[in-house]
Amino acid sequence: MNDRLAVRKTYKLYLNGAFPRSESGRTYEVTDHRGHFLANAARASRKDARDAVVAARRAFGTWSAMTAYNRGQVLYRVAEVMEGRHVQFCEEVAAAEGLSQSKARAAVDAAIDRWVWYAGWTDKLGAVLGGSNPVAGPYFDFSIPEPSGVVAVLAPQQSSLLGLASVLAPVLAAGNTAVVVTSKERPLPAVTLGEVLATSDVPGGVVNLLTGDAEELGPWLAEHADVDGIDLTGAPPGRAMEFEREAAGTLKRVLRPSATEPDWTADPGLSRMTPFLETKTVWHPIGI
Amino acid sequence: MTTAPPSPARPNVFEYAPAPESRSIVDIAPSYGLFIDGEFVDGTGEPFASVNPATEEVLTQVSSGSDADVDRAVAAARRAFTRVWGPMRPTDRGKYLFRIARLLQERAREFAVLESLDNGKPIRESRDVDVPLAAAHFFYHAGWADKLDFAGLGPDPKPLGVAGQVIPWNFPLLMLAWKVAPALATGNTVVLKPAQTTPLTALLFAEICQQADLPPGVVNIVTGAGETGRAVVEHGDVDKVAFTGSTEVGKSIARAVAGTRKSLTLELGGKAANIVFDDAPIDQAVEGIVQGIFFNQGHVCCAGSRLLVQESVRDEVIASLQRRIGTLRVGDPLDKNTDIGAINSAEQLARIREMSDYGEAEGAQRWQPDCVLPERGYWFPPTVFTDVAPAHRIAREEVFGPVLSVLTFRTPDEAVAKANNSTYGLSAGIWTEKGSRILTIANQLRAGVVWANTFNKFDPASPFGGYKQSGYGREGGRHGLTGYLKGATHS
Repeated sequence: MNDRLAVRKTYKLYLNGAFPRSESGRTYEVTDHRGHFLANAARASRKDARDAVVAARRAFGTWSAMTAYNRGQVLYRVAEVMEGRHVQFCEEVAAAEGLSQSKARAAVDAAIDRWVWYAGWTDKLGAVLGGSNPVAGPYFDFSIPEPSGVVAVLAPQQSSLLGLASVLAPVLAAGNTAVVVTSKERPLPAVTLGEVLATSDVPGGVVNLLTGDAEELGPWLAEHADVDGIDLTGAPPGRAMEFEREAAGTLKRVLRPSATEPDWTADPGLSRMTPFLETKTVWHPIGI
Repeated sequence: MTTAPPSPARPNVFEYAPAPESRSIVDIAPSYGLFIDGEFVDGTGEPFASVNPATEEVLTQVSSGSDADVDRAVAAARRAFTRVWGPMRPTDRGKYLFRIARLLQERAREFAVLESLDNGKPIRESRDVDVPLAAAHFFYHAGWADKLDFAGLGPDPKPLGVAGQVIPWNFPLLMLAWKVAPALATGNTVVLKPAQTTPLTALLFAEICQQADLPPGVVNIVTGAGETGRAVVEHGDVDKVAFTGSTEVGKSIARAVAGTRKSLTLELGGKAANIVFDDAPIDQAVEGIVQGIFFNQGHVCCAGSRLLVQESVRDEVIASLQRRIGTLRVGDPLDKNTDIGAINSAEQLARIREMSDYGEAEGAQRWQPDCVLPERGYWFPPTVFTDVAPAHRIAREEVFGPVLSVLTFRTPDEAVAKANNSTYGLSAGIWTEKGSRILTIANQLRAGVVWANTFNKFDPASPFGGYKQSGYGREGGRHGLTGYLKGATHS
């Protein structure tokens, strides 16, 4: 038997392309579904959330200005790199969610396939959601979808990887940058996803993953004036309405949560991209 | 031989004889009720006067909708949705909308005169813009009613139910059309609250609904002040809220619908940058600047209220602009030669004066042409502020009046940075002869509508709406349908 002592991983935040601890120095204990110790995760603070918004805002210019083809290739690259970590994800998802090996594998497969699916959307959105408008006058008039900007995502609390991919990938495919508060009790697959993102040509700051408590961080993100949209899927029970009210103060685009966590295996359609897309309409005279 | 020196006071070349449109075509009753379930009924709130802002003459007394009245209107809309309008063949819904479009065209002159009387806008604009566009909105959406399966909004799109709609006073009939036409085309029924100072064309529209034999309860019009609007927005049996108006009220509505099932679209304020590059055809740009800020007395959410002019042509543009403004005719809204009509209300006039005073107090230079304003009524001359800094209130806040703030820039990057330096993001303008520059700048502007070498153009086929705190959702085009359909997947 191999008596080598394992090298354990330190689970940190993924912020602005780096892996810092929380500036607050706080951690919390993460256990598996049976309550056995898994790791000490960083517990992100309000300051971490604000730093993440700054990073996401800075990255928005780069990410949204990339060609849609290029963004699509980067998102596809995420799937490729995830595939290489398939075993690790299966173990983490199984531990976090208490799934059998085969169910964990199915969840990881679906999560990877979701990135592939959204990767293919980046250069279709303009054609599907935009177009020229036949106005009654000598003008060329066209509409195009554009990303809303910085989107705060309260990731699902149950589905630690598939759910996370299902809320994060559409935000990115639409051209937004993201500040994600991961599942409080099941954060470890998200941290590993951060390592994937850091090695997948996703520019630093495009995705920021905060392990911690949506109950604590949600209000700050909901009221933050430099956040353009918020996905409330993982809002703690009974708090979504309050967060939506906070978000109204700067008229954020809000994706309301469903009563229970969605079935993440279902075909998502466009419903998670369009809430964080704006339509820009441009007019120009026609004449000689 | 000597020639008389040109008069410096009046650059006008021509004197105009008065050319007033007759108001005899409109027949304003001494008082109006609410339009609920296909009939005019008395409101139980305190009636209020609707005033002609050009003369301060009281035009009529209008009912004010109480909570109980709103409740009746919503109940009527719910009944009509469940029993008549929802189950109706989409083709027939469309045919009702075609009828309404035609009736609006047939009575266009009446609507135009009434709009100018109640709102104060020049007859030239109500006649050539507001009323024809309102009819066009109904005609356009009529065609969608039985083609929603082809709109690319997902399979079998379904209406939301009862739409509660609150509209502003700047384009009373046109905003009604923007709201009512898409709601009805998609199979919803409507409770509409017109603005307090401009209820009359909405009430005349109610008569159109009767003439079209629109089933009772499909359109309900509840006049009143902000409290009536609040009752509509907060009513528990309303499925959809659509609001056009101030960002401040928009935020309170967003708070009110938080945590409900209600779908919300908001079309709010703006502080549009109108960017003039040094290669722009100056005369055309000046026309665009004038159209951008003085159209409808500047009571336009997408008005080009911040002129960003490239430093190298700044003096030339300002001189040309001032010369052009000197030829604008301010006065009787019913006169066909009038360019700028009356400010809609005493309250709005006070706001414009206050903001202009801030402009001077903060160090900007006020310029106004030599123009004689009527003695009665609410008037404000076209005004240009130069030496405006981005931090000035008149560069940041919506004035909603004929007041232009002029800022300058040197490079395209600076123009974009200044244009986007706003909590608003409704519209913008670009003036340049260079096509690639238009597309680059249009791409970088965070605004929902970008007019290049034109300004303030509207069309029912063209989506309209804002980024950032100018609201969300679009009105017009295929995109505008999504706000009224369940699970529709357009942005």
